[in-house]
Amino acid sequence: MNTLLYISGFVAVISTLMVITRTNAVHALLYLIVSLLSVSLVFFLLGAPFAAALEVIVYAGAIMVLFVFVIMMLNAGADAARQERQWLSPAGWIGPACLSAVLLGELAYALAGSSAKIIGVGMVGPKQVGISLFGPYLIGVELASILLLSGLIGAYHLGRPQPPTPLPLQGEDRVLFPLGEETMFDSPLGRGRGGLPTVTEEIQENKNKRNCS
Amino acid sequence: MNSVSGEFCLLLAGVLFALGLTGVLIRRNIIFILMSVEIMLNAAGLAFVVAAARWHEPDGQVMFIFILAMAAAEVSVGLALVLRFFRCFGTLDADAAGRMRD
Repeated sequence: MNTLLYISGFVAVISTLMVITRTNAVHALLYLIVSLLSVSLVFFLLGAPFAAALEVIVYAGAIMVLFVFVIMMLNAGADAARQERQWLSPAGWIGPACLSAVLLGELAYALAGSSAKIIGVGMVGPKQVGISLFGPYLIGVELASILLLSGLIGAYHLGRPQPPTPLPLQGEDRVLFPLGEETMFDSPLGRGRGGLPTVTEEIQENKNKRNCS
Repeated sequence: MNSVSGEFCLLLAGVLFALGLTGVLIRRNIIFILMSVEIMLNAAGLAFVVAAARWHEPDGQVMFIFILAMAAAEVSVGLALVLRFFRCFGTLDADAAGRMRD
């Protein structure tokens, strides 16, 4: 059992190392899924099958699908990978990596003195977790539901194609962007849509600049 | 009943957290920064589950579920912000956010 734990732990560490060093976003995402699955195996070996199942379903399933869709919508090509490789210079990562390693060494030193030997892994099943979740932690469940609702509303608000303009337009803006063009080219597909004429792209570009200011 | 090494699991959580922290520090792409934040949250959840296994109590797993809900809410808002950011600036460089005030 310890051997399985060690193997899955090393797989998790190696795949996480690959996540933070890849230049292609999709490759990093796939390594992240491997890392989450191996951590889920660690959960299972620790006698927490409910947490392991949730890890697979929610993390490796739902959250990673969100990442995949966003990467697909952004449609970063070979240029992005080349720019990533340029950004990831050794002068940039050696300093933070050394500082993190020092912190990790301190943590390992503090852990070495303790005796956290887990004797007899007892299975803590879903029934106990559910009883605890809807017993003493009921207020936490309510707060989590409010948090998820606010996350939903926030994501909807931020992801809307056209934000409302809070201030009335100034004079020159009104000349540059007549009222009819405001919503004409505004599709959720945005600027990545092919086939649009260049004039439309320019208008979109100007409108984007104005929206962000 | 088998016994597993709790130190190894806690050390694994620490290593994963340090790797996520390094990823946040060294990357400039916002997508990678979000992924590293996910790694850090996952490592924190792993530490909670290890504690639950150590004391044979379900409380650690309950905290893991809360972390899961928090991560889901955070990543949805974060990815919506990333989409908005990309629509505004046409890049994913985090340094471009310095132009937001202009």
